[in-house]
Amino acid sequence: MDGLNLGPPAGDLPEVLIRIARMEKRNRFASLIGPPGLYLILIFLLPIGVMFVYSFRAGISGPAHDSFTLANYQSFLVNSNFHRLLWRSAIISFTISVLSTLMAYPLAYYLVFRAGPNRVTLMTLLIIPTWTSYLLRIFSWKLILGSSGVLNSLLLSLGLIEKASPILIYSRGAVIVTLIYVWVPFVALPIFAALERIDKSLLEAAADLGCPAWEAFLRITLPLSLPGILAGFFFALIPTLGEFVTPLLVGGASGSMYGNLIQDQFMRALNWPMGSVMSMAMLVAVLLLIFILTRLGSIADLAGF
Amino acid sequence: MTDTAVEIRNVTKVYSSKRGKRSEEVQAVREMNLSIPRGKFFTLLGPSGCGKTTTLRLIAGFETPTTGEVFIQDKAMSKVSPNQRPVNTVFQNYALFPHMNVARNVAFGLEIKRVPKAERERLVGEALELVKLADMCDRKPSQLSGGQQQRVALARALVNRPAVLLLDEPLGALDLKLRKAMQIELKHIQEQVGITFVYVTHDQEEALTMSDLIAVMKDGLIQQLGDPVTLYKTPTNQFVADFIGESNFIKGKVDLLGEGKARIMIGGEQVEVSSGEGNLMAGQAITLTIRPEKIDLSRQGTGGLSGTVQDRVYIGTDTRYIVALHSSETVIVRVQNGCDSEAGEFAKGERVTVRWRPEDARMLMD
Amino acid sequence: MSKLKLPSLGSIYFLAVCTLLYLPITLLIIFSFNNSTTLVFPLKGFTLQWYGQLFENRELLKAVGNSLMIGVGSSLAATILGTMGAIAIVRFRLPGRSVFLAVAALPLVIPYVILGVSLLILFNEVGIPLSAFAAGLAHVIISIPYAMLIVASRLVGFPDNLEEAAMDLGASYWSALLRVTIPICSPALLAAFLLCFTMSFDEYAIASFLVGTDATLPVYLYSQLRFPTRLPMVVTLAAILMTITMAVMLISEWLRRAGQTSGRKAQK
Repeated sequence: MDGLNLGPPAGDLPEVLIRIARMEKRNRFASLIGPPGLYLILIFLLPIGVMFVYSFRAGISGPAHDSFTLANYQSFLVNSNFHRLLWRSAIISFTISVLSTLMAYPLAYYLVFRAGPNRVTLMTLLIIPTWTSYLLRIFSWKLILGSSGVLNSLLLSLGLIEKASPILIYSRGAVIVTLIYVWVPFVALPIFAALERIDKSLLEAAADLGCPAWEAFLRITLPLSLPGILAGFFFALIPTLGEFVTPLLVGGASGSMYGNLIQDQFMRALNWPMGSVMSMAMLVAVLLLIFILTRLGSIADLAGF
Repeated sequence: MTDTAVEIRNVTKVYSSKRGKRSEEVQAVREMNLSIPRGKFFTLLGPSGCGKTTTLRLIAGFETPTTGEVFIQDKAMSKVSPNQRPVNTVFQNYALFPHMNVARNVAFGLEIKRVPKAERERLVGEALELVKLADMCDRKPSQLSGGQQQRVALARALVNRPAVLLLDEPLGALDLKLRKAMQIELKHIQEQVGITFVYVTHDQEEALTMSDLIAVMKDGLIQQLGDPVTLYKTPTNQFVADFIGESNFIKGKVDLLGEGKARIMIGGEQVEVSSGEGNLMAGQAITLTIRPEKIDLSRQGTGGLSGTVQDRVYIGTDTRYIVALHSSETVIVRVQNGCDSEAGEFAKGERVTVRWRPEDARMLMD
Repeated sequence: MSKLKLPSLGSIYFLAVCTLLYLPITLLIIFSFNNSTTLVFPLKGFTLQWYGQLFENRELLKAVGNSLMIGVGSSLAATILGTMGAIAIVRFRLPGRSVFLAVAALPLVIPYVILGVSLLILFNEVGIPLSAFAAGLAHVIISIPYAMLIVASRLVGFPDNLEEAAMDLGASYWSALLRVTIPICSPALLAAFLLCFTMSFDEYAIASFLVGTDATLPVYLYSQLRFPTRLPMVVTLAAILMTITMAVMLISEWLRRAGQTSGRKAQK
């Protein structure tokens, strides 16, 4: 024990050390979320804020630029064309999301319950092509289904039809079918994850208690996969609201959506303030939907379906 | 009503799995013939991999026999799916439905049978009373302790009044004290309700505590079937003797045969044992088995086997001695502490004499 | 004796969906070798001329260059920022964590049109010209959530006191991150980079607002769609792009998966 310095009296030591440790932790945490946080603020949140301010301006340049007016909001609220298009887009998006979810569920169910040990590989197989540019995939479907396209030429050369017909192009239905085609694998993924997580012994227990297979699905599997269904549904619904590329490619006149309206204001009409108002309206709708999703998520957990 | 709850006739269950190019075959259950009587607490006992859980699942219907037939209440079950069988299972991991509260979990089987609401609530209440969880009916499984979850699983199964209740190592996840308390409670419930219980465990003490009948299994075969006392006192082979309780196995040679008794030579010394069943010949090599608590230790003297104390361990109620015999084998001896025997305590290295009553030792043929 | 297994309804459905998914790219690849300027059956002979023409197209090559630049640049930035964010949310439980997580995850669900136009306004106000660089800045935003997710799921699989162990042995916190945490995450980092690159490379909506005259590949492609004579080139280009993307994604997935299993082993 000679010469050993045992340090300051035990009383003060622990508290000081704890405080230093905590401060260090906070500094490290701040340094870590600092750069990404700053970037997100500058390039993500700030632009949205600026857009909000812009919605009150009269114009892009000159004195109109620095004005403040509610005229844009007034004309937005008054213009029934805008409302109609917004409503139409909402219906289209909702339809697409519902149908995509309905079509994706059997896929995920098959993979988890029937496909055996290869299911993750098969799921990946399903997902990989969806990561390619959807611009290209839609474009290629246009080529395939168009009047001078692959399908028509195939049918013509096989003698099955007499004249090329522009099936499925330039219509609202084309937009819906195309987007369903794009979304189904994406929606299948969270459903797949949720179904995977279900403890299979629960289904054995249900059978043990006299439950036939279809009823076990309704009472056990479906409720427990609900979080995945909701996630997939909203993950498809929300971006689709702002969709404009697909309508440009296959929508024609009747398939135009709200996103096209916004794009038009910014690229052609150059009425940026008006476009900002429209974007803000969409943003509010999106945030509302996200809010609903988070509420539904916790209700699904609590309600014990 | 039949006296046999479950009958297993000539059942073999083979699993084949493909590993690369080879396919492996595992015989989980081999040529099993078993009759489980009605209203008894029946246990399948054995080490892991012996086929006891497979047998249970064959009764439940989650596995189908490769050959043979399972009968429940004298009805063949080969075409009957699990949800149609008059059995219910208490699963090892409880398998409680996480999105339903306790009451709905217990009511599940009744809801499937479309039992009307009032009746359902009454039955659920009774079942929860039986397992002493009446005030937990609104809780979710995640809010319950392991022991409580186990009892909900029990109530959920019992409320359906199955002909047979299957229990797959239900107490495995509980701590020792709780497990011992639940063993007694399960036994009481079974006696109260009168349903046939088929219980699976690897814990021989648990089996001895609760069961009316035990089937000891190894490698897919039943080694011995009997009540606890019979299995403990008269094991028919080395595996059963070793698996149930603690046993000593001593090798020796038959020296002399008398009426009901035999003299065995062990390492130059003689002991007497009861000859039991089986044909014995002089000069035959046999294995003796005797329980540690049946061995008498005394200071060096005449008769019995001589040996040296190698180790001693104090275990509260007993002291456990490891004695090396002259024949270079070791035996385990349990001496109750606080006993008034003239032996007292023995130190390491002390020379002792090992003795037993002839009828306490048994001879094994294998 | 084995039973003859009839394909189940589920497997037929799955097969049908897979066929539909892979059909466009298969047809594109077939027609990129077809000696004709229209996409019609019957096929008219094998040719590589369209591939050859691609290399002579200066506009196209410039667009490829832009896309590569933006792709590499934005992915690098997103991977770095995403990794920092991932470490922060996995290893720390401090106030601000959930807010940060929410904001970082938000770009996943905000429609690209809003991201595009809001940046258009901001860049105009601040004086940043519309260019490949501008699009690249935007691509970082859409990539950060994915990078964070991939790295975080890898981190979660490892014991949470590895940095402490390194510091106990004398390293500073940042040194511990560089010597221990980052190397552990390297498969995830690579997977994240590849995924972000793929997303940026194929992205059209936001780029259409922000690139100005520096067309990226998707923007260039879109501009060519209304010229029927350019069809073979477009088809060939599309075939190449989709093949590359799928190959890159396969590698990225394989890396991510390999990373997760070794992580699970480490936890034991």
